[in-house]
Amino acid sequence: MMHLLPKTNIDFLKYRKVYFVLFALVLLAGAICFGTKGFNLGIDFTGGTMVQVKFEKPVDMAAIRAALDETGENSSIQSYGDNSFAIREKSTSNEVGVVQGRIEQALQTLKVPFTVEQTNSVGPAVGSDMTERAMWAILLSLVFIIIYVAFRFSNILWGISGVVALFHDLWVMALAFSLTQREIDLVVVAAFLTVAGFSINDTIVIFDRMRENIRLHPKMSMRELINLSINETLSRTIITSLTVIFALFILYFMGGEVLNSFAFAMLVGCISGVYSTIALSTPLVYVWQKGQLSDLDRGYAAPKKEATKIAVKEQHTDTPAASAPAKKTVTKIKRTRRNKQK
Amino acid sequence: MSNRLAWKWGFIIAILLGSLYLIYPNYKWYSKPLAERETLDSMGERPKRMLNLGLDLRGGSSLLLELEVAKLDKKEPLNEAMARAIEIIRNRIDQYGLSETQITRQGDKWIMVQLPGVANPQRAEELIGKTAMLEFRIVKENTDAYSKAIEKLEETENPFDDNGLLIPSIAKLLPNDVQIMRNKEGGYLVVTKEVTVTGADLDDARLTMYGENGYPEVSFTFNAEGSKKFGKLTGANIGKRLAIVLDNTVQSAPTVQSRITKDGRISGTFTLDEARQLTIVLKAGALPAPVKIIEKKTIGPTLGEDSIKSGLTASFYGLLLILVFMAVYYKGAGFIADSALILNLILLTAVMSYFSATLTLPGIAGIILSLAMAIDANVLIIERMREETHLGKPIYEVIHLGYDKAWSAIFDSNITSIIVAACLLQFGTGPVKGFAVTLIIGLTVSLFTAVFVTRAIYELILTSNPKEISL
Repeated sequence: MMHLLPKTNIDFLKYRKVYFVLFALVLLAGAICFGTKGFNLGIDFTGGTMVQVKFEKPVDMAAIRAALDETGENSSIQSYGDNSFAIREKSTSNEVGVVQGRIEQALQTLKVPFTVEQTNSVGPAVGSDMTERAMWAILLSLVFIIIYVAFRFSNILWGISGVVALFHDLWVMALAFSLTQREIDLVVVAAFLTVAGFSINDTIVIFDRMRENIRLHPKMSMRELINLSINETLSRTIITSLTVIFALFILYFMGGEVLNSFAFAMLVGCISGVYSTIALSTPLVYVWQKGQLSDLDRGYAAPKKEATKIAVKEQHTDTPAASAPAKKTVTKIKRTRRNKQK
Repeated sequence: MSNRLAWKWGFIIAILLGSLYLIYPNYKWYSKPLAERETLDSMGERPKRMLNLGLDLRGGSSLLLELEVAKLDKKEPLNEAMARAIEIIRNRIDQYGLSETQITRQGDKWIMVQLPGVANPQRAEELIGKTAMLEFRIVKENTDAYSKAIEKLEETENPFDDNGLLIPSIAKLLPNDVQIMRNKEGGYLVVTKEVTVTGADLDDARLTMYGENGYPEVSFTFNAEGSKKFGKLTGANIGKRLAIVLDNTVQSAPTVQSRITKDGRISGTFTLDEARQLTIVLKAGALPAPVKIIEKKTIGPTLGEDSIKSGLTASFYGLLLILVFMAVYYKGAGFIADSALILNLILLTAVMSYFSATLTLPGIAGIILSLAMAIDANVLIIERMREETHLGKPIYEVIHLGYDKAWSAIFDSNITSIIVAACLLQFGTGPVKGFAVTLIIGLTVSLFTAVFVTRAIYELILTSNPKEISL
């Protein structure tokens, strides 16, 4: 058996205050960066015109700038190498295609033959609609994830912790895009969403192990339990993340211009995702739930042991129904609370 | 082999064969040279159930249109008007001979028209944008008052509003029942405001290459209702001029010689292409309201080719790296996981072909995520099996427990991802939707291959009573 790392026993929760401070710093850095630098939103969102041309001979960027300035266009030029240039103009003209025509005309004054490789004209209404839809999609997914995780793990705090970690990853990605001023287009939005899916996956794997360990070790303190769960799943976390990150590196360096931004976003998000699961979602659960679980230790250790045996037995049967034991945990926790109130 | 296991394998093999059968047309099609594909395309002989490439991968144009809802007939519900508009646009484009065009409704009042391979969408744009409002009006003889109004109109910069009506300052010089219209041959004509016969009364329209004046003409036939109305109109106005008005411009104004009921023609100084477009548009009918282009994208074929080439190479190497890593690190178990991953790709392509889904770049992102989830499922299972092996459990139990214990994590993580994808499907447009669709298909397929199929493989191995399995 090949092992990347030996059996670990790291106290991940020891540095929870450091994690929270780091989280606060990331939030702050993001807020400052979003406020001052903002985002380089693509015309998919702002509305506007993009024309990408390829000249047959090398052309000086300054010459293009001059030609465009002459016609009074206020546009940004980006060189892709290979005599390819993208000219962008965030005009708010209602008439789609007019700006495109003007840009092409201006370029013709350069007297160097070119082919138009790509054009994109987006009306302002479309742009704001796209932004609105993307926002709704992300918000709604977050809400549904909270509900689902709360239901499956019988605790809304777990759902919220998972989503905080997810939010952290999205925030870090946004920060990366704001810092580098990379353009955010629809493909990048897709990458954001992919990371959302993958980040929550990581969290759920650890939560799942915690759910199981609560049943197996009813006397264990929350702190030990979380540390045990993270340590037990650590090799899985590393293997999965590494394979994905390696694959993304290849996409980043070889995938061409269009996949490059996508891979960049995914890379940032995946690395942040591994970190946030260990350093945010589980410490949050710990901080929020410390008291609750010690009740469980004290009040219900004895009868719970029996229940655990049944639960484990049930798990050994052929049908993959983990939901049944999970539900039992729900009722037990509730009972504990009620007892305490009495 | 137990009966149950035999059934399992029968099922897996049936699915594999079915998938290969579904994928085969893709292979056959894309191995043909591009030119041949194009000819077959234009003949409409493209196999139906096949994976389509999105515009970002193959080049082409897309137009997003907005129906000007304010100008709709108030009696027509929006949904019906939209359905009619889409149908009419589809007819126009089909008759123009553009193949594989996708026309879909987006949101309330938007229509997305995707034209693969069309690098310059200008013609399609003209074709779609034409309202082709055909009207027949009677020309009023010039009086002094009319001449004055026309004089004033010629001095004004924008005498017509968006709907082709006169601006109030000029309209007030005229009686209520007349209207001035631009004559295509020059100048202006005064015509009746009332319109009794329109393009909606047509049954058919045909193109005549060489008409009376050597210019192409469009001849048309009225339907029963239209014949009656047109007969009445011409019968009552013999000797007067009849204005044939298209989109608020008089195309020609011949004198009515006799009562006409069935046929007519529009002559004018049309170019062949103009006449051809007009014929198509008249045949397909008028749009319920004008449409406005609010987004236009074109991607040149070479750019599409480049992005697909580098995208595919990179994806291939990425996948290869994962396969090799899994096989080296997990040995036998990794090899089993690899075969499940390959089966995953085969199934995914088959399902997407079956639904004639369109593969776009965000779609590839969806596939990558679903593959990552499939790997994760296998890593979870194998790591569990390793744990059980360390506890000294017998091989049968190791496999059994590995799957049982990993299942809840695999299930929950896939469901949460499907939840995300479903939200995107609901709210996303175009590319984001493409991502959501491939993700949902991919996750479902990966649950099947990464859990069901790999387990069947282990169970098959178990029948030979091995001492241990390599993990």
